Amino acid sequence: MYTEQVMQHFRNPKFLRKMNNPDAMGKVGNPTCGDIMHVFIKVGKNKQGKEIIEDISVQTFGCVAAVSSSDVLCELALGKTLEEAEKINRDDIIKELGDLPPVKKHCSVLAQEGLAKAIKEYREKKK
Amino acid sequence: MKVYLDNGATTKTAPEVVEAMMLYFTEQYGNASSLHTFGREAKDALDTARATIAKKLNATPEEIIFTSGGTESDNLAIKGIAYAHKDKGNHIITSKIEHPAVLSTCATLEKEGFKVTYLDVDKEGLIKPEQVKKAITDKTILVTIMHANNEIGTIEPIKEIGEICKIHKIFFHTDAVQSFTKVPLDVKMISVDLISLSGHKIHGPKGVGVLYVKKGTKLKKMSDGGGHEFRLRAGTENISGIVGFAKATEFVSEKDVRDVQKLRDKLMDGLLKIPHTQLNGSRKQRLSNNVNISFNYIEGESLLMSLDDRGIAVSTGSACSSHSLQPSHVLMALGLKPEIAHGSIRFTLSKYTTEDEIDFTIKTVKEVVEKLRQFSPLGR
Repeated sequence: MYTEQVMQHFRNPKFLRKMNNPDAMGKVGNPTCGDIMHVFIKVGKNKQGKEIIEDISVQTFGCVAAVSSSDVLCELALGKTLEEAEKINRDDIIKELGDLPPVKKHCSVLAQEGLAKAIKEYREKKK
Repeated sequence: MKVYLDNGATTKTAPEVVEAMMLYFTEQYGNASSLHTFGREAKDALDTARATIAKKLNATPEEIIFTSGGTESDNLAIKGIAYAHKDKGNHIITSKIEHPAVLSTCATLEKEGFKVTYLDVDKEGLIKPEQVKKAITDKTILVTIMHANNEIGTIEPIKEIGEICKIHKIFFHTDAVQSFTKVPLDVKMISVDLISLSGHKIHGPKGVGVLYVKKGTKLKKMSDGGGHEFRLRAGTENISGIVGFAKATEFVSEKDVRDVQKLRDKLMDGLLKIPHTQLNGSRKQRLSNNVNISFNYIEGESLLMSLDDRGIAVSTGSACSSHSLQPSHVLMALGLKPEIAHGSIRFTLSKYTTEDEIDFTIKTVKEVVEKLRQFSPLGR
């Protein structure tokens, strides 16, 4: 049912933790559907002075696909500029995971939405 | 260590059962309808198995119809009564926590114009006999209420429900697939017209079931063909499966049931010591082999897969493990919040479950729950 990559991320996630004092946080999902993600980001600047995802973590209530999707999202987003990070989509996540069962593909969308929401919150805070 | 705690899904076929079956594959492979020696041997085996299962229910052999399993038995019972007695009425009473084999059959009948009442259950999953009484109309022809629930193990008051049905002259069917050989079921003590049973839940083989049909109960058959099974179920009999099923019914003793229950209680108490957990179902009116617990703040599929990684096989009522992405209809009927239903795990034991396995399971679940809760945004 799940690929080996999915199970690897599920068994040993690198980004599944709470972050203290994040710059912004994106909350997505709801308990009825069984998936909730909180994506935390810290924003820094690269050598060119562009804002980048300096640190990222996630807390996930959800199935194996939700946990591994959120871990992969963090892996893909870390070090990217905010604009680049926003462009990460579900296909990028699914590609990293090998594949996801059809009924689980929505989990990858949720992770992406969580990050988008965190970036949005960061920009609004800055205003 | 490999620990199988999903005996509610299916059980290990007992080696004694496999041994009893072998003869009917390789030597006595005749068709029970044939007149020659091979056929008569098969017929003898069929008759003996029928008598064995009849005895277990305190019924007569003519009341035992072999089927392909619990689902077919439920279909034959419910549709069989509905179609044969539709001139008397079109109303059926069931519950919200029945097995999909019953609920889907009722849904099909609804599309055909039958009316179905789905009774609520209380927070332990129990139906009150008075609810059945109140739901009865002059159009009611059938009540179908399970003996014990497959997910939460709640044992329903079928004796009282049977009495009500008898007084009102309404057919009563019970799906006893989960309870058979665990909870005594005597058709002379309990007023019931139809009972569904399955072989593979009791260490028998898959692909064989029984429908008990009380003498004189008119049913419409579901398939056309030969006159097998008292003209109620056409098709060459699955002799080896039937022999295996009969063998399995002799296999679980009252002592086995008590021993399993002791291990169940140990597992239940051990797991409920983990903070933020709750037992689903009834503590008292509960199958001897069923533990169903919600682990708050974590999702069932994640817990199931983590336990699988450590060699422990369980099941969950979480939506994420189902194709529909809906949480279990049984847990929702108990009034559980969706996030609690999502965190439910069912552990079902058998006579092969050992104390070492239970100790290992308690220890492992504790570790895994702790790990997964660290990932979760909920709680704390």
